[in-house]
Amino acid sequence: MIDPKDKDLRTSTIFKVAFQKSIPVMFGYVPLGIAFGFLFTQSGYFWLYAVLMSIIIYSGATQFLAIGLFINLAPMTEIAVTTLLLNLRHSFFGLSLIRKFSNIPHVKPYLIFALTDETYALLASMDEPEQQSRARYYFFISLLNHLYWVTGTLMGALIGRVIKADLRGMDFALTALFVVLVIEQYKKVHSLRPFLIGAIAGIMCLVFVASQYMLLVSILSGTVTLLLLRKKN
Amino acid sequence: MSNPDISIAIFLMAFIILFTRFLPFMFFRKKYPTRIFNYLENNIPPLVMLLLVMYCLRNVKWGLSPFGLPEIIGIATVVMLHLWRNNSVLSIVSGTILYMLAVRII
Repeated sequence: MIDPKDKDLRTSTIFKVAFQKSIPVMFGYVPLGIAFGFLFTQSGYFWLYAVLMSIIIYSGATQFLAIGLFINLAPMTEIAVTTLLLNLRHSFFGLSLIRKFSNIPHVKPYLIFALTDETYALLASMDEPEQQSRARYYFFISLLNHLYWVTGTLMGALIGRVIKADLRGMDFALTALFVVLVIEQYKKVHSLRPFLIGAIAGIMCLVFVASQYMLLVSILSGTVTLLLLRKKN
Repeated sequence: MSNPDISIAIFLMAFIILFTRFLPFMFFRKKYPTRIFNYLENNIPPLVMLLLVMYCLRNVKWGLSPFGLPEIIGIATVVMLHLWRNNSVLSIVSGTILYMLAVRII
């Protein structure tokens, strides 16, 4: 009954759309990856470790921080605690994706593993794709973003010294992406409440919390506030 | 840190991050309170997107020259273009190019 040609065509269409959506992340991840790979090897460490980190850790903030921890000979406990605190926000991302991911076979563990800030932002903002194509759609976006990050790292680690291109400011693409997604979210929820809560939590945390923990503390306190305000209604 | 130590540290970090990403999915495996999750599903994304923008701007020094002007130019471009044309790639690429020019000129 199912024409395999038809199925092929649909997968390639899904891939095309996924690629388009992921272009801003490419602009952010490739230069950032290059910066990471370059900095890592410049610090005197073996280049393959940089690539390994981008494949299995796949968290920009953590990887940049790790360079400092390695150089300062930080003990394993400090590395572990810092990594945990810096990344607990991912648990909150997951909370809002549990249902979207619930019926996805095979690739679900990879989707969860590859859930970075930017991938989360794309997946959470997306209009609900049809059940049948959802798994492929999510998978392509996650995989493409992962590839951008690893490719950037590899470029930075290997040829960073040769390249003269001035990429300064290119990572603003990620800020721009988040700004667009804020607008899209507003169109979707038509409520100022989560934004007001976010703005207050964000400003408080920018002022009072060390910048590497700002994101975790603000998301945590914002989510708690959301839940508290819900009960009153 | 020496090379064998680094490989241990890398795997340790990878494991911890994997844990943070899988945690909510392990916690609510079969049953979850649908109404709360509906609420979180709608409200966490806008909260997080806004906080990500603020996080991206955390190192901007508003009180010192150039007073965050490149960031303001970049974001204003993105917002106006997006409200006008509603084309994500166009908004993001234009905003980024203007920002890259601004940090070089200003």
